Amino acid sequence: MRFLAYFRSLAARILHPSRLEKELEEELRSHIQCRADDLERSGLPRPEAERRARIEFGGQERFKEESREALGGHLIESLIQDLRLAFRRLRNAPGFTAVAVATLALGIGANAVVFSVMNAMILRPLNVPHPESLYLLERGSDRTASQSYPDYVDLRDRNRSFESLAAYAFAQAGLDADGNPSRVWFYEVTGNYFEALGIQPYLGRLIHPSDEHGPNSAPYIVLTYAYWENHFQGDRGVVGRVVQLNKHPFTILGVTPPGFDGTFLAFHPAFFVPMVNHDEGGAEELYARGNRWVDQTIGHLKAGVTPSQAVADLNSIGSYLEKTYPKDESQMTFTLGRPGLFGDALGTPLRAFMAGLMLLAGLVLLAACANLGSLFAARATDRSRELALRIALGASSARILRQLFTEALLMSLMGGAAGLWGSVVLLNALSVWNPLPGIPAGVAVNPDAHVYAVALLLTVASGFLFGAVPVRQVLRTDAYGVIKSGTTGAVGQRLTVRDLLLVVQIAICAVLVTSSMVALRGLARSLHGNFGFEPENTMVAETDLHMAGYSGGQVPAMQKRMIDAMKNLPGVKSVGAGGGLPLGDLGADDSIVFTDSTADLRPSHAAADAFLYSISPEYLHAAGTALLQGRDFNWHDDPNAPRVAIVNREFARKVFGSPTSALGGYFKAPDGTRVQVVGITEDGKYNRLTEDPHAVMFLPLLQSPSTETYLVVRSDRDPLQLAAAMRSRMRELDRGLPVRIQTRYQAMDPILFPSRVAAAALGVLGVMAAILSITGIFGIAAYSVSRRLKELGIRIALGARRKEVLQAALGRAFKLLGFGSAAGLLIGILASRVLALIVYQATPRDPLVLAGVVLAMLLLGLLATWIPARRALSVDPVTLLREE
Amino acid sequence: MNDPAQLLPGTLDLLILKAVSLGPLHGYGVLLRIGQISGRALLIEQGALYPALFRLWRQGLLKTSWGTSENHRRAKFYELTSAGRKRLQEETKGWKRLAAAMGSALATRAEEI
Repeated sequence: MRFLAYFRSLAARILHPSRLEKELEEELRSHIQCRADDLERSGLPRPEAERRARIEFGGQERFKEESREALGGHLIESLIQDLRLAFRRLRNAPGFTAVAVATLALGIGANAVVFSVMNAMILRPLNVPHPESLYLLERGSDRTASQSYPDYVDLRDRNRSFESLAAYAFAQAGLDADGNPSRVWFYEVTGNYFEALGIQPYLGRLIHPSDEHGPNSAPYIVLTYAYWENHFQGDRGVVGRVVQLNKHPFTILGVTPPGFDGTFLAFHPAFFVPMVNHDEGGAEELYARGNRWVDQTIGHLKAGVTPSQAVADLNSIGSYLEKTYPKDESQMTFTLGRPGLFGDALGTPLRAFMAGLMLLAGLVLLAACANLGSLFAARATDRSRELALRIALGASSARILRQLFTEALLMSLMGGAAGLWGSVVLLNALSVWNPLPGIPAGVAVNPDAHVYAVALLLTVASGFLFGAVPVRQVLRTDAYGVIKSGTTGAVGQRLTVRDLLLVVQIAICAVLVTSSMVALRGLARSLHGNFGFEPENTMVAETDLHMAGYSGGQVPAMQKRMIDAMKNLPGVKSVGAGGGLPLGDLGADDSIVFTDSTADLRPSHAAADAFLYSISPEYLHAAGTALLQGRDFNWHDDPNAPRVAIVNREFARKVFGSPTSALGGYFKAPDGTRVQVVGITEDGKYNRLTEDPHAVMFLPLLQSPSTETYLVVRSDRDPLQLAAAMRSRMRELDRGLPVRIQTRYQAMDPILFPSRVAAAALGVLGVMAAILSITGIFGIAAYSVSRRLKELGIRIALGARRKEVLQAALGRAFKLLGFGSAAGLLIGILASRVLALIVYQATPRDPLVLAGVVLAMLLLGLLATWIPARRALSVDPVTLLREE
Repeated sequence: MNDPAQLLPGTLDLLILKAVSLGPLHGYGVLLRIGQISGRALLIEQGALYPALFRLWRQGLLKTSWGTSENHRRAKFYELTSAGRKRLQEETKGWKRLAAAMGSALATRAEEI
């Protein structure tokens, strides 16, 4: 009841302020009239009666104000008043407002962008029903997610913990829907994939367990909504249509709903094909227990089953498998990870990096707040006369503080809105950006409600944060003293809050400058590092003969024809073919190997797990990989010749004990075949720039065939011209062959992408922090000069030299700069350890980085103090003293 | 007659409720009624009445309506709501207790301790 009445009154005051005002007015008038009537009756003339009535009534305005207050809604009214005043004040200082809003927009925008990316990559669950109970199976001590198909089947059928275990593998194929074959990425999925995830068809039907009847029994294809829209123009008649996949007919069953992009973030498949139709390697690979090509196994835990129970369940199946298939199985212990990324292999460094980036973005915002805080404090000092006057006239300090906070919040809201707007534009651009041509990568980082909420929270919090800086100062204002003397307190040599803020801010800036320099240096080095091959002047043509229907003996014959065709191009020096490409978009195949003396070929007895590349003769020369010892392959190293291999130094060290004893020696493949080492190459980088030396064996393309073909072409011709020539030559060989041609550096883009992104992100944050520091130092230097103009004038009049004047005016600012930079440099060096996980050779113990940071900070200081220094030096004592 | 007594803080609301409980009144009427029922012993600053009236209205203890005063002027009339009536009873009781306690306290003589 009372609440109701209160809200009625509040609503009336807000909705009909003028009506209430009029009523109040009328009521008071009526009162005075009544009183005057009484007085008139007692004998006074009317004018005199009215005058007396008004005097008796007392201060009308005061009672009106009190009545308004009693009516409620006073708070809102005074808020509106405060807002109006704040707007006026901000409008009167457009420069200050623009700087402050831009500062905040940068800080809040940076945070919104970083948070949104983190939200999309880490926080937001997969877009499937009940994502909270969905887990990814990880195996062994290095927590890989890949399984073999038979292992998957055993895990699926024997476990009692999951509703339904589904698996999928990334695959590429030539899709021919209209006579124009193109290379497309898709998932091979188990029959229960959609059922296990609870995905309903948008059109037609999805793949079902009952479709599977052994190898190649289910030539069906389910399109994603996006691919259907973009490549089939949303034609509802596609269901039932037959398309060619690697020259085999597949029937389109249906389309998945919009928003479902598979179960791996940052990688959008075009369609889904049943795993039983696994094509590359065929049924043999499908049923090979030791071939772990099934990328991810996921499933919902049954209700009531805890993750640790599920792990125990899986481990007991694992030990059963190890006992039953000792030749193929090892490391069959399991853990559960989050689906969406490669478990912890990719997730952990990504999470660490995103957390680091978020922290840095937070620091930028903090620096922005520190900056604005000192600006506000300076303004409050300059306003101290006005504030003192208001206090003297009876304004409560609560009211004055409310006014200050209103101003701060208004400003932070303006900045937050601008920052959010900018970040939404940027994020939408990022969402449609495909950073790696040829790979359907990219994350939808569009902001959602969480992002808006965080941005609002940060906006309000930073408003209060920098608004709070001048509070103590205002509360201490001694109205009498200020008005009397006109000065605003002494310039203390004590360390003030503002100084501290500036030091913190400079330190943050130095941290960011340090880390971005470390990242940039790492990136620059990684581009000219020793990869174990020479990317300069090399082109790569990538194709998969399987997609064009080649098989068996046709494959090496075609590869030879392609090599010859490339060799005949003018300007080409050497050409080689490989079944894989080090530092390319696909990880290297690997295989365990045994020493020659090992008899029991169990996985646990392996001497090494080596990357494996099938290569043609002359490949090493074309790639620029140095052959240290022994011979290259030749075309006589064919299936009829003894098995041979070229290994890298790390392989030789691991399997033979030393590089020198390896040449001519033998090792054993998992099937027991003896392989002779005929050559030794330098070590290189194969999967990642940051990896430790890894054992690698190169096998002759004829002895270890591969339909996946990378032609490495070394030439000194212009890449663009050469690419065109290569393309037309390939088309002459086979029109139906999807080919991708790029420079060797472009082929490394997927590998360099993370460090590029890291360097770019840190660079942007570093520049932001630098801008904030410049304005911060500028603010404090300019302020200190203007406050001490008189003193400086006297010093100059007394004959002080320029150096002394400058020292007096700016010594403090530089001292703070020194402190802050040193602290920031130290923290930055410590923080760079995280960076080393992502950026190759990111080390802060690099004289160039250290010198760069010091120089940058010095430059920053000079830039920021330039104008105040000019002003200090140009003080003319005569005019200054005359003015006083 | 002695000078009119100053009001104790908080008593104005109670007086207004009492005055209005005897029949709907406009603002000036409330003032006259309080003067009348207190035997002109209590002085109220005229303007101070209105903030108190509005406060009581906001609390839902009074309701208002526009009407015509006895000398034919448009005026806003105040009336007790049921919540106001309840409040008046409570406050009256409270006041009586306080007055009795004060009375007995002030009447105490040394030999009674």
